[in-house]
Amino acid sequence: MRRRQLRERTIEAAITLVALTGIAAVVLIFVFVAKEAIPLFTDPEVREEVDLARMFLPQVYREGRPPGFLWQPVGSVPKYSMIPLLVGTLKVTAVAMLVAAPLGVAAAVFTSEFAPRRLKEILKPTIELLAGIPSVVLGFFALMVMASWLQAAFGFTFRLNAVVAGLGLALTVVPVVFTVSEDALAAVPRSYREASLALGATRWETAFKVVLPAAAPGVLAAVVLGFGRSIGETMIVLMASGNAAITSWSLGDSVRTLPATIAAEMGEVVFGGAHYSVLFFLGVVLFAFTFVLNALAAAFVRRFVRKVTGAAA
Amino acid sequence: MSVSRRKILGTGLASLTGAAALLVVGMLAVILFDVVRGGIGRVSWEFLTAAPEDGMTAGGIFPAIYGTAILTLVMTVAVMPVGVLTAIYLHEYAPKASRLAAAVRSAVTNLAGVPSIVFGLFGLGFFIQFVGGGLDRAFSPPGELRYGQPALLWAALTLAVLTLPVVIVSTEEALRAVPRDLRDASLALGATKSQTLARVVLPGALPGILTGAILAVARGAGEVAPILFTGVAYFLPDLPGSPFSQFMHLGYHTYVLATQSPDVEATRPLLYATVLVLLALTFALNLVAIAIRTRTRRRAAAGH
Repeated sequence: MRRRQLRERTIEAAITLVALTGIAAVVLIFVFVAKEAIPLFTDPEVREEVDLARMFLPQVYREGRPPGFLWQPVGSVPKYSMIPLLVGTLKVTAVAMLVAAPLGVAAAVFTSEFAPRRLKEILKPTIELLAGIPSVVLGFFALMVMASWLQAAFGFTFRLNAVVAGLGLALTVVPVVFTVSEDALAAVPRSYREASLALGATRWETAFKVVLPAAAPGVLAAVVLGFGRSIGETMIVLMASGNAAITSWSLGDSVRTLPATIAAEMGEVVFGGAHYSVLFFLGVVLFAFTFVLNALAAAFVRRFVRKVTGAAA
Repeated sequence: MSVSRRKILGTGLASLTGAAALLVVGMLAVILFDVVRGGIGRVSWEFLTAAPEDGMTAGGIFPAIYGTAILTLVMTVAVMPVGVLTAIYLHEYAPKASRLAAAVRSAVTNLAGVPSIVFGLFGLGFFIQFVGGGLDRAFSPPGELRYGQPALLWAALTLAVLTLPVVIVSTEEALRAVPRDLRDASLALGATKSQTLARVVLPGALPGILTGAILAVARGAGEVAPILFTGVAYFLPDLPGSPFSQFMHLGYHTYVLATQSPDVEATRPLLYATVLVLLALTFALNLVAIAIRTRTRRRAAAGH
């Protein structure tokens, strides 16, 4: 009997140990990406070429010219301003979110509140199938097909630009926003809908004035998760944005984003050099961004769960 | 508001949401249609089984298919035990208000949100430089790099970390669908907890666990960003012979053909055909996973 107990204990301990892998993974990812960025703060050779001030503040690159922001890591005087990359990321993400958030939420409202049961059972997996398309395929589609359509429609000077990349990104963000919002809407207790309908509200009034507000924190979490997804997405932007690091607010210009920069340049850097450290620093920035967004989304979800379960009790 | 205006506004808003859903499904259809139309003419038995020729303008994509398959196979072998055991811990062993379980859960959620390119950096910094470099210092002749360079194994392990949340979430859902009664019955007959798990709970959860594996494979097969610096190569004369060889990959092949081809018109048919193969592969996997999941969900709902 004792041997049996001992065996059970051992198995439980082993399983618990394996479960720690998830925690270890997150910690190791942060540590090992940050580790390679540390020379930026400690290595004098690296610091001669670049430091935080030169990455964020305007620089005078040539005597007599007004100060500006340039990302030109290869050259006799490498320039590492992060501003063009941040502006590029922001532009692409803004386009993607402006399209994907309303579209995803509206499609979720339709699926959850208006669609007949049969249609719902088809719609949900179909839209989720969109999430199953590899991002390199969506990038291919944005590059080969959407770019030509959009240029014909809007007459862009540059075929690949923030709008093309943003709309390409929207294709991956929509299923994220849709799935999470739909789950939130479906989790609103039936009693809310019944009460609203019993008071004489119509179906759309119930959907927009009762169910949607009740699900608001969950829908917000969906949008935040979609936002995190769009900041970190690499292949679509790498293929469809034109990859020119330009500091401008025009959506018709080519753009270069943080993840696309890492993907495009890591293959050609010198191990341990300044450029190498800067690219890992971009990785740390991305990791930090998405970490904060995830925490935010989790907080919204917690509030939503408390709201719905508290009300039902 | 008058009754008729309420009705018109309501119908308008409801149709607007319907239009949004239609637009999303429409985009999916357009993508599928375009890829199938562009690629179907070029996909043949020869295309699937031959190596590329003439600077990628002729021949097939067999090495890329092979590389993708081996990569995801190694990834699956690495991720499944860890993912399933983590889910077992979370659902079967962790006490209800366990701090540790909450920490694991939050780590897994965060892991799912880490951008795929950051996984690539992690693979480079951890698997290649730290683990591989360490092995080299210990076992290789001085100055020679045997392990500390991009390789199939490192890319597969990087993808395993990336797909870990997929496996954990699916497995936990599968465990949840196994009725409590079955566990109680087994325990009441004198079986221990681990015996119950191995002989009663896991067999019951098998379809769900399989779904997790399939979803992980579909996800892993399509990811390109994490393998960019950890092992993929554009063209190799030989198939990967060991876990420490580099490999070709369908997704990376697509990326290079689409962006770095010197002659876009000459490679276009091959590009479309490659995309079609990749898409067909991931779609087939996803469809199977969805089918299994729908069936288990229905059965679970009927069982309660």
